[in-house]
Parts: sequence; structure tokens; C-alpha cells
Amino acid sequence: MPKGDLHITPTTVLETHGLTKIFGGLTAVNNFDATINKGEIFSLIGPNGAGKTTVFNVVTGIYKPEAGNVIFQGKDITGRKPHQIVSSGIARTFQNIRLFQNMTCLENIMAGQHCRAKAGVWSSIFSFSSQKKEERRIHEISESRIEQVGLERFRDELAKNIPYGSQRMLEIARALATEPALLVLDEPSSGLNAGETEVLMEFLKELIEKENLTILLIEHDMNVVMGISDKVAVMDEGKKIAEGNPDEIYNNPRVIEAYLGTEEEA
Amino acid sequence: MERVKKGFFGSQQGLLFVIVGLFVIYPFLVSNYYIDVVFFFGIYALLGLSLNIVLGEVGLFDLGHAGFYAIGAYTTAILNTKLGIPILLLLPVSAIAAGLFAYIVCSPIIHLRGDYLCIVTIGMGEIVRLALINNPFDLTGGPNGVYGIDFPSFGGPFVVDSSIEYYFLIWVIVVLSIIGLIRLQRSRIGRAWNCIREDEVAAGASGIDVRYYKLLAFVIGAALAGVAGNIYASKLMAVSPESFSFWESCMLFCIVLIGGMGSIPGILIGAAFISLFPEIFRPFAMYRMLIFGLVMILMMMFRPGGVWPRKRGGAEFVSLLSRKRKKDA
Repeated sequence: MPKGDLHITPTTVLETHGLTKIFGGLTAVNNFDATINKGEIFSLIGPNGAGKTTVFNVVTGIYKPEAGNVIFQGKDITGRKPHQIVSSGIARTFQNIRLFQNMTCLENIMAGQHCRAKAGVWSSIFSFSSQKKEERRIHEISESRIEQVGLERFRDELAKNIPYGSQRMLEIARALATEPALLVLDEPSSGLNAGETEVLMEFLKELIEKENLTILLIEHDMNVVMGISDKVAVMDEGKKIAEGNPDEIYNNPRVIEAYLGTEEEA
Repeated sequence: MERVKKGFFGSQQGLLFVIVGLFVIYPFLVSNYYIDVVFFFGIYALLGLSLNIVLGEVGLFDLGHAGFYAIGAYTTAILNTKLGIPILLLLPVSAIAAGLFAYIVCSPIIHLRGDYLCIVTIGMGEIVRLALINNPFDLTGGPNGVYGIDFPSFGGPFVVDSSIEYYFLIWVIVVLSIIGLIRLQRSRIGRAWNCIREDEVAAGASGIDVRYYKLLAFVIGAALAGVAGNIYASKLMAVSPESFSFWESCMLFCIVLIGGMGSIPGILIGAAFISLFPEIFRPFAMYRMLIFGLVMILMMMFRPGGVWPRKRGGAEFVSLLSRKRKKDA
């Protein structure tokens, strides 16, 4: 993608220090530290209600943390607004797909390009040449993204009318259209069948190889987590209880106890 | 498939020319009274288009739109009668005044959602009306309003002083507004508005500054209503608070709902319905509201999306007016 390497890229893409988020009397995230390096797929796992999605929401600016900070590419982005965080290079998807239902698939992806364009009211009304050029660029990038996820046949279809699996891919394409450095995916495989999950895993692996990207993932499907992650962190009751490569996590007794349960087999 | 689309497209283009042609020759065929009827259709079309930006494009419930209309009308009325500034020079001034008012009033309430915003805008519209009645600084003339407003001119020999000229003045403004609005619809701004309407959280997470674009919609919508207020004030030569009641806001809301949210041809149909309906049913004036209510109920039951909902992705009536036609692949 035409994003130049403008900033000095340290190996650490995202760091959180002592991140804490409290809802009423409930500490959803408690002193969460993590370091995500460039080019890796970092998975966050844990039982339901462990605070994974809350971490995501704090990182992407939907919630403001009570304590701690989020450092992205060397800059403190704690408490910034979601759209500012997207412009700085973090894009996300949602656990329950949130598309712009009554807009076409292409328009959904074009929305992602919004923060990389700057045409204002007057240049749009009078259709200045700079605005036309920009619109053409938005179109081209969006078309290439829709092809990348293989949804060009749904180009002019309303987002709500396409199959569930395609909606997931569309949401990822929309996030990619913001030209992110860090892609934050909240349970991308939920609701997908085995075949679709396989395609998704391949897609994510390819993405890491081809693009200048880092991926942060929440996932319940252990095959996905173990299959594609470079690093896994386990959360339980708002705290990080373990971190390591997939093998280490798989054999960690604390994780098995907290996440998989003492009796149940995964 | 492609050929079907093209044929459909062609016939729409033909239809558009016929409609424009009819609008041009219409005032030469009828009496002044009927010219004025269609003039007011133009005013309502402009008001409908202005509310459509807020309600149709962004999905913000604004039931106080008559307040912005009033600000525009009174700005023109006061500056014209007190300082003698020509009406057409006041056109941008009224737009800016209404836009600025919207910016100031809406800034603190813009984060409200749905019905909460609706209630606050009702309050805003009513406050404007009551303020006008109370004659602040002896400017608004209280319940009597301001009268003695000039014909539109730039101060030179060009003066709009007949029904037919008013008719062309308003419809030229409507057409220019439509062209501008279609371009906005097709730009990143229009898409951002629609994204916010569809899902605010996802819009924010896709990099859209939700607050900014909501405010922008209110400001542009109010400015356009201010333009309508300017023409309206000079047409009636007088303005009074009762023209800007809550009922007026309801009518504008109905225009957008009847026509179809976010659909420009729909708004024109809605405005035609609202402004021509009382004329057609003048003999049954007593039952007018009854029939009107019935039509609204039937509409909501059988065509909740409006008479002419906006179609996406395919051939569209409005796409004829925009230069950048969608590539039909």
C-alpha cells in the first residue's frame, strides 16, 4: 500500500503499562502490561469476561483507562479519541460485526480511507481537481482491498445482504483500508465454519508476510491461536496470568486451570 | 442486465428533462396564484433538503429545524428594515447567521442520541420562537414581527418584484443546492455522514470524527434553512413568530419521512406533497388534517422507507446530475 515509512519504526509497536479499567465496582482490566513487536501476531486469550475486549476498547480509544498508558510507535496515545487513534495507525474489527449495513461493500471499505483523505466541504461542493484526484485514489485503494479479500462480486451489494463469513472479511478489509500499522481483531473466526476459518488463517499469515503489519488478536478458537500466533498472552479476571509462545502456553498448568478448566479437555 | 440498466437510465434522463422543462414553462401558463403555490413548494423543497442533511444523511432527529429557518428570516428582516441592506446581499449573511447559531447551540448537545437529541431540538426551536415573541432589544417586533421588508435585489437596478421572478429565484437556488448536495453525498463527507447514521461506534473506529461531522451537518443544514428564511421573509415582506412554530418543524420532518431519508428526489416529492396538498384539498379544508394523518399512517405502514428511498450502488436519479458517474461494471 502507498504508505511511506514516514516514522522511525522501533521494533516495539505497542506497549501498555499498568493499564487499568474499572466499571463501577468491577475491575475489568487490572494492571495489564504487554509489549507487541513489529511483524508478530499477538494473541490475547482467556475465559469469557476476562477483560480481553476491554483491553481492545482501551487501546482503540473507545474507553478511557483509569490508570496506565498505551504507547503506540513510541507515542503515548492514552485517552485519544477513536478516530485519532485510527489516523495514528491502529485499526480494529468488532466481535459482533459492525458494518455500515445499508451501504454497499465498496462504500464500507471507502469509509476506511476517510482518515487518509482531506477534501473539505468547499472542495467537495465545487469538485476541485484535488478532490477528484483524491476520490479516484480512494476508489482505487478500496477496489484493491475488496479484491484482496475476494469480495469483488459483492462490490455494489449492501453490506447487510452478504453472507456472514463475507461480512467478517469485509470488516477486515475496511480496517485494512485505513492503512494501519497495527491491526486489532476481536474474535475474527467466531461464527465461521472450519473451512472459512482455514481461509482466514491463511489470509492473516499472508497479510503479515506481505504488508508492513502487526496483528493483535482475541480468539477463542485454539486451532487459530496455536496455529498462527507468535506470542500468546492469557488473561483471567482482568489480569495477565501468562505470556509466551504457543507451546509454552499450551503446557502452562496455570493457563490450563484458568482457561481450559481443571476437568475439561480443550 | 447491463442493457436493462442503461435503458432505465436513459428513460430517467428523459424524465429529468421533461420535469425541468415543465418547471420552466409552468409560470408562463398559469395565474400568479398558482405561481406562488409552486414558489412555496420551492421554499419547502429547500427546507426539506436542509433538514435532510441532518435527519436523512446523518440520522439525527432534529425537530427544531424551524428555529434555524427563523434565524435566517429574522436576520434578513432586521438587517434589511433597520440598516437597509439589500436582500440578496443578506442571503449569505442569513446563511452564516443560522449556521453559526446551529454551531453554538448544537455544540453542547451533539453527543446526545436519538430521542434525547430530538427533545432538546424541540426545546431549541421553541426557545427561538418564544425569544422572538418577547421582542429582545426591541429588534424582533414581538408577536407582530417585522414588516416592510424589501424585494430581493443587490441594491442595483436588478430587482425581483414579481411572482414569476420569485419563482425563478427560489428554483434556481433549489437546483444549485441540489447540485451541491449531490456532490457532497458522493464525497467522503457524504459517506462519513452515512457511516455515522449506520453505526456511530464503527464510524469512529474507521477513523471518522463523529462529533465534527455531526456538527458539520447541523451547520450546513441550518445555513440552507437560513437561505430559505431569507427568500421567505422578502416574499411575504413580513415575518412573525407564528410562521416558525413547532408545527413547521413537524412538517419539515414529514417531508423527509415521506420522501425517503437521504434521497434527494424523495425530498422533492415530500415537499410537493406537503405544500401542494393543502391547495388540492382546499375545498375540504375541514378534513385536511384528517386525510393528512391517514396518509402518514398508511405511509409508515406500507412504505416505511419513503416514497423514493435512496438506492445505493445502482443507477440512481440523482447520479444524472453528478459528473462523476459510478462505473457500472
